[in-house]
This record gives sequence, C-alpha cells and structure tokens, in this order.
Amino acid sequence: MVEGSRKMVSLLFVLSLFSALSDAKLSVTPTKGVPWPMPMDYKTTGKQNTVDAASFRFTTRSVECDILLDAYVRYREAIFGRNADRFHAMRQSPKFVQMFSQEGDIGEVSVDVSKPCQGSYPSLESDESYSLSVANGQVMISAQEVWGALWGLETFVQLVYKSDTGEYVVNDTIISDKPRFAHRGLLLDTSRHFLSTRNLLRNLDAMAQNKLNVFHWHIVDDQSFPYESMAFPELSSKGSYFPESQVYTPTDVAEVIEFARLRGIRVVAEFDSPGHTQSWGLGQKGFLTECYSGEKPDGSYGPADPTLNTTFPFLKQFFAEVASVFPDQYIHLGGDEVSFTCWQSNPVIKDFMQKMSYGTNYAKLEEYYMQNLLDIINSLKRGYIIWQEVIDNGAKVRPDTVVEVWKGGWEEEMEKVTKQGYKTLLASCWYLNYISYGSDWTTYYTCDPQKFNGTDAQKALVMGGELTMWGEYVDDTNVLSRLWPRASAVAERLWSPQDVNFPLVAQPRLIEQRCRMIRRGIPAEPVTGPGTCPVEYREP
Amino acid sequence: MQQLRGQENALLQQLSVQVSTPCEGRIYPSLESDESYALDVSGGQATLKAQEVWGALWGLETFVQLVYTTNSGEFVVNDTSITDKPRFVHRGMLLDTGRHFLPKRTLLQNLDAMAQNKLNVFHWHIVDDPSFPYESRAFPELSNKGSFYPGSHIYTPSDIQEIIEFARLRGIRVMAEFDTPGHARSWEEGQKGFLSECYSGGTRNGMYGPADPTKNSTFTFLKEFFTEVASVFPDQYIHVGGDEVNFTCWQSNPAVGDFMQKMGFGDNYAKLEEYYMQNLLDIINSLGRGYMIWQEVIDNGAKVREDTVVGVWKWRNFSWSDEMARMTEQGYKVVLSACWYLSRISYGEDWKTYYACDPYSFKGTDAQKSLVMGGELAMWGEYVDDTNVLPLSWPRGSAVAERLWSPQDVNSPVLAEPRLVEQRCRMVRRGIPAQPISGAGGCPEEFGGN
Repeated sequence: MVEGSRKMVSLLFVLSLFSALSDAKLSVTPTKGVPWPMPMDYKTTGKQNTVDAASFRFTTRSVECDILLDAYVRYREAIFGRNADRFHAMRQSPKFVQMFSQEGDIGEVSVDVSKPCQGSYPSLESDESYSLSVANGQVMISAQEVWGALWGLETFVQLVYKSDTGEYVVNDTIISDKPRFAHRGLLLDTSRHFLSTRNLLRNLDAMAQNKLNVFHWHIVDDQSFPYESMAFPELSSKGSYFPESQVYTPTDVAEVIEFARLRGIRVVAEFDSPGHTQSWGLGQKGFLTECYSGEKPDGSYGPADPTLNTTFPFLKQFFAEVASVFPDQYIHLGGDEVSFTCWQSNPVIKDFMQKMSYGTNYAKLEEYYMQNLLDIINSLKRGYIIWQEVIDNGAKVRPDTVVEVWKGGWEEEMEKVTKQGYKTLLASCWYLNYISYGSDWTTYYTCDPQKFNGTDAQKALVMGGELTMWGEYVDDTNVLSRLWPRASAVAERLWSPQDVNFPLVAQPRLIEQRCRMIRRGIPAEPVTGPGTCPVEYREP
Repeated sequence: MQQLRGQENALLQQLSVQVSTPCEGRIYPSLESDESYALDVSGGQATLKAQEVWGALWGLETFVQLVYTTNSGEFVVNDTSITDKPRFVHRGMLLDTGRHFLPKRTLLQNLDAMAQNKLNVFHWHIVDDPSFPYESRAFPELSNKGSFYPGSHIYTPSDIQEIIEFARLRGIRVMAEFDTPGHARSWEEGQKGFLSECYSGGTRNGMYGPADPTKNSTFTFLKEFFTEVASVFPDQYIHVGGDEVNFTCWQSNPAVGDFMQKMGFGDNYAKLEEYYMQNLLDIINSLGRGYMIWQEVIDNGAKVREDTVVGVWKWRNFSWSDEMARMTEQGYKVVLSACWYLSRISYGEDWKTYYACDPYSFKGTDAQKSLVMGGELAMWGEYVDDTNVLPLSWPRGSAVAERLWSPQDVNSPVLAEPRLVEQRCRMVRRGIPAQPISGAGGCPEEFGGN
C-alpha cells in the first residue's frame, strides 16, 4: 500500500505526463477519483472500496435540515446517474439488499453538522470547512456548518469513480479542507444577451461542482432591463428586449435564489449606476440625464441625473424592493465607467455644479451621486460591493465595503485599495469572455490575487475574486461551453492553497473534472487538446 | 390558420417548382452540378425554376428565408424576383472527427446548418493521429484498436450511409479524407506494421512515424482499404491528405535508409514522400476516382492527375496568395481554406475577417482564376467537440458561405451585418445554436439551451 499525499500525487502525474505527451496518439490520461478543486489536506491510499448502489444512503448524525436533504437526493443521482432512484426504492426490500450487498462495501455516508441549518442562507462569514474520511469501510463527513458539509458531499462524489471492471469504487481517503478565500464568484451578464432561467440554474449546478459560492448577477445594463420590478413594471416592459419572453419574473428570481441557497451559493445582484443605465430610461422617464447640443436636448441620454429631486426617491423605492427580493447581505451597486460628456452638455447640471461649488470637476458630481446611493443602501442595512472607480474617484464609503478591482494595473490597485483598509475582490485577470485559441486556462490558473506589494494585514483584506463572463458575445447557445471548464481553473485558484499552482500537474485532473461535468450534464468544452470523455455530452 | 400573403390582399397558396432534368432514383450532387435557379413571387403566384434539382433545393431554401412574420403575426413574403447561381462550385466545410469524436446526430445537425447557408461539400476529415473512428468492414481492427472507445466513439457503415443520404437530400457532397502518410498514428494499433518505426541510436524507441513506403504490404493494404472507401463514399473525389509529413522518423530507420539507397533517392526524403503519394494516387486512379490533396504533395513535386483538386491551407508564415498563383499556373484546380480556419477563435467580430477574404486575391490570368473551384471553412477538432462545435461554427461559417456563393462585389461588412444577424436568429429558430457575433442583442425566439 502506498500512501499518497497531495505532493506525491503531483509528482506521479508529472512523470506520467512526460511519457504520454511524447507519443502523437496518446493524449494526457485523466486522473480517476481525484477532486477538483484540490483540497487543503488530501491523503489517499490505493485501497479501493466498492460503493454499493443498492443500499447506498446518506445519513445525518446530528443536525438535519432542508439543505442536507435536498443535497442527498442530488448527490445520489450524481454518483449513480438517473437510476439512482430505482436503486433507492429497491433498497427498501431486505431481500434485494441481501442479494446485492457485499461485505466491505460502502453503503452509507454519515454526515455530521454542528450548527442548526434549517432555512439558512450562506454569507461572507460562512464556515465552509469540513473533514471527510473514507476508512474501514465507512465514510464520515463532519462540518461546523452545513456549508462545509455541502462541500464535503461534493468532494465525496468526486472521489467515486468506475474501476476497470465497471464497479463504483472509492479509495481510502482522509481530507481536511477549507477554502483559501471566502468569496469565490462568477459574474453573468443578462443584459447584453438574455440568459434563460434554465441556464442560470444549470450554471449554479456547475458552480457547485467547482465550489464557487457567489453568483454575481449583473442583471441589467445599457442594452436591456430584464428584471421585472413589482414597484416599477415599466422598467422591464419598456426596457427588456422582448417583454413576453426575455424577462425574469419575481418567481424566476426566487427560483434562482433558492436553487443557489441549497447549493451554498450566494446571489449578489448588481444594479449598476449611474453609468450603464440606458435601458432604465425607457421605463423610467426622467431618470437619465438629457444630453444637449447647444441650447436644446438632442434626444440622447447620459448617466443617471443626480440633480433632479425625483432621482433619489426613485432609487430608494427601487432598492428597497431589491433588498426585499435578494436576501444576501451585499448588493452590488456598480459605479463603473461613468462618462461625463452628457453631464457637461446639460445646462441644468451646470447650474447644479455651480450651486454645489464643484466647479468643472464632474468627479465630484459622480461622488455626490454615489454617496447618496450608498446612504440609501446603508439605510436598508445592507452592505455593498462596488467597482473600483468609486474609490478611485474619492467617494466616502462604509468600512465594510467590498471593492472589486477589474481594470488593468490591478497589482497597484489592490495595494492601494487594501492600504485604505477596504476588503477587495479581484476580477481583472479573469475576464473569461475574452476568448483566444488554445489552452488559456493555464493563464487563469496562475493568476494569484495576493501577488501584490503589501503587508500581511493588507493581504488578509483580499476576500477572493470573480471570473466574469460578460454578455456581448454570449447567450444560451454558448454560455455554458464557454464558461466550463475554464472557470474551473479560477475555482481552484480561489479555493486551494497558494502552492497548488502548476498547470502541468493540474492538467490530468482538469480533464477528469471536465469529463465529470459532462457526465453530470454540463457541456464543458475541450481545453487541453485532442481527446475524449468516456461518457459524451448529452443534452439533459 | 396562418395564411401566406404575397402582397396586400394577395393570398399565396402554393409555390410551384419546375425542374428540367430528371432527378428520380439515387442521384448525387457533384462538382459539375448546375445549382442555378430562378424564383419569382408576384401577382399572388410563386414559381421556382431550375435546370437541375440542386438548383431547386437552393431555391426552396431561399424561399423559406424570404418568409417572415409581421407585427400582427402573419406569415408574409414580399414580391420578389431572383435569378441566382453560386460564384464557386465547391463551397465546403471541414469537420475533424479524429481529434475529438462528434456523434452522428451532430454531423446531421451540421448538414442542416450547411444547407441553410448553401454550403455544398462536407469535407469529412474522419481519422487522424489521436483516433480512428471509421469502422472498416475489411479491417475492423482499425477502429477496434484505434478509436477512443470502440463501443461508442465510432461510425458504423450504417451511420455513414445515413450521413451520406442526409447530405444527398440536401444537395451536399460528402468527401471523406483519409490523411496519410502523416497524421496516421491511430492506424498502427489495428494495422501493425503500417507505420515506420523510429530508432534512437540504432534501436527501436517505441515511437512511430509516417506510413512506411518501403514495404509492399503497405500498398496492398492501401489498395484494399481504399477500394472499400470508394464503395462506401459515392462522391467522385476522395481526399487523401498528404500534409505535414515529418521526415525525422524515416531518417532514423535503417531499413528506410537502405530503401533510399536502392531507389537512388540519396538523402532527399521528399522523394520518398513523392514515391508514397504516387503509389497512393495510382491506387485511387485505378478505382476511377478523382482526388483532392493538401498542397504539400504538389509543393514537394509529386506527379498527379490533371483533374486533381489541391487544398491550399498553409497560413502560418506563408503566403497563400502566392501558393494559389503557383498551383493555378501549373494548371491545377484549387480550393482555398488558409484564411478560413474557424477553429482559431478570438474575441470579437472575426466574421468580418472571414467575410473579407477573397479566393481571387492572387496574381493570375483569367484562366488561372477559373481554376479556383472555391473554398472551405475548417473547424479542426483540437479544442472542439459536441459541447461547442455548432455555436463555434455558426454563424461565423455563414460569412464564408456568402463569400463563396455571392458575387465578388457583395463584400461590405457594414451592409452584411444586419442580414447576418437575421440569418443567425433564423438558424436559432430552426434549431441550430448559432452564437451571437455582433455584440449585444437578442433573437425573438431564443435557442432552447445547448
């Protein structure tokens, strides 16, 4: 018996890779039963245990709740496929169990959660740690909070593989695991192109398979407004591409949030303003600034108009609804790329600038807008995430604000933002919508959010990061294949220890993870060159 | 009941189709097919006339595209008069099922997509180094040992029949490519001795090179193999590859060295490559078929039939324009793919680059230009499989389709863009997951999810 630790496993992979790559025919051989992302502490031996499908069940040792029960159903299917339910019904019959169970088979995964979890929502402060052991024919998962147990279950499912003789097996394994970063996010943009609720849900499944825990929903933008507001229905009836079919009803939104919750995923909605708001103006007349050519409005519009006395009452009512719809502690307020040209052309705004003694410094007007908006969110007792420009342009924000860095030169920006004491997220190196030929996953894999000049205290302010899939060239036809498994590379960077960063070593595991995702219904595309998966993709 | 209106108050109840040449029985499209048609909608009547059925098929496709729905939900078609025929006769699409397997249903779906864009040649690069999914009756071990998974990742004879028939009914030729002597690693598992063995310092090192031209068994095998290929694939042309032959392995092998001496080739391994290709081409010739080959075969000096079609593909540090001039100057028919490697994805609106590439962009006489049969878009399979092949191919492939069908002066991307957006949404409505390619927007009917 060879005891393999994380490092030993790595060495063996590298060696086998070098021999495999030199023959034109053979592609890289994927691993079998190795988890993705790599756990903090992972030890496995070669001792195989059969997993007995007939009698297999998850049992709860201490606290039970809706989240665990839903997970048990999902993960049974994830291991055994659609036949899982049949096996489950069969196992009620003692005769069947007697016929098919063998000694030494694993039939039970025992789950132990300390804190009550019924109806809970994940947060930035969630404890996602867990330990998992497969030993002496028994599987035990224990965690402080249900969020750790969910990740333990996901890891366990990944440990199960089919042996050469076609049996479900899992090796003796000891894992103690927790994420490096608490905020591991994925941004989808449902304004540039609509994305069906169905695909949002499938993507949440894919995220859970990679331990990503924040769905950053960039829900509206210039081009369309698909969010159906109960207080302001014209926003979507006038602002969406096709109000009959390309909107998110309150039911849709609730479905997404619940689906995410059961997977330990937070849904952080972004309603970006004062820029990126063209589509708001269709259903909310007077919200946007009128642009002028000389003395007269020219029919075009700019950012939200901070000078009108209707603007902030509207925003207050709108965000009060947002806060009631989205339960997460944080709301993302955007604040990026505000163009000043339209403001500069508008005489009413010019008067306001005088009155406020801003002179011609429109950054002050932007700050004025953001300040008021942030106060509104503050009064709703929510925290906010904002794009870096808000800080760059000098606005005063709450100490618990999370600043998201997205522009180039991010190392300097991270240093600057954390020096001012703000929590920060990195997105800059993870713009997955910027496709290119070949294995770009290695670039995403090696980007490290703490690689900037700063003290330990500064580094501790890095909450994590997000990969972005902006929607200019992405919709239901290609969003899932474009995201996966490239996003898996980011997922490992955000979960696993800093020294798990050799793409060559990760490659065979990434291939296994891709094929695993395909088997579980996600069309994850090939990213490592020629090859195959044993089970090809079939649309569910 | 929806009614089709031709003009205000005119109800269109039928499209009458007239084909001059008989088309009963199993007829196949060819390089010589007449694809012209005339379509007329006026006075409440619609007529479609064509010499051959292939033109009628394209006329029907065009008619379908003329129909749209008004704001009140009626199906309408405007009075229209069209006479149409393609600029180029060979308008192809290459798919690569050697690097990644593509299931039959995806190949069929792609043939539908091709028909919606009037592409008429499915260039099936069916096997390559990584895998051999073609199930051969005469040599079953080729796929048993060479496919990724013999149980599932293969094309049975009946799969292939189905694909060929599906294509035929859409006016699409299926031209199979069995690429040798390079790109053939997967053949060795099921046909031991086919490839040259490589040597390191005088001993075999376990690696394999190109097909071994020094053995008689090689050509005996190829003759029997390609006899079967000719019986399975009815198209006049078989593509026999011939690209990227690496000489290193041949150079290391003592038996090959001896053969070189015997033949008086000296150190010139291009002569050995020529020797191989010559024999292979003679085999195809004896089967009464024409062949398409990659440019290297000619570049390296082999003697080929006059009706050979040469695929000009090299683009890296290479001028395809000069190559087109060279090939046509020697009198060969050419098909251009060099500027249409759609597998090389990049961010943004690359369709415009594909749209702008013109196969006549080379210095040559009118006679030379007339040797340009057309072109092919290539979707090589290194990073492409069932999860993403259709969105990556469409509607970027549509840009190439217009370049190959429409007149040379139809080449303004600005004018084409709104039409391409309509074509994409049309394809989505008809079940092809054609991806967005012109920035933010939406189709009235979204795709159901990939």
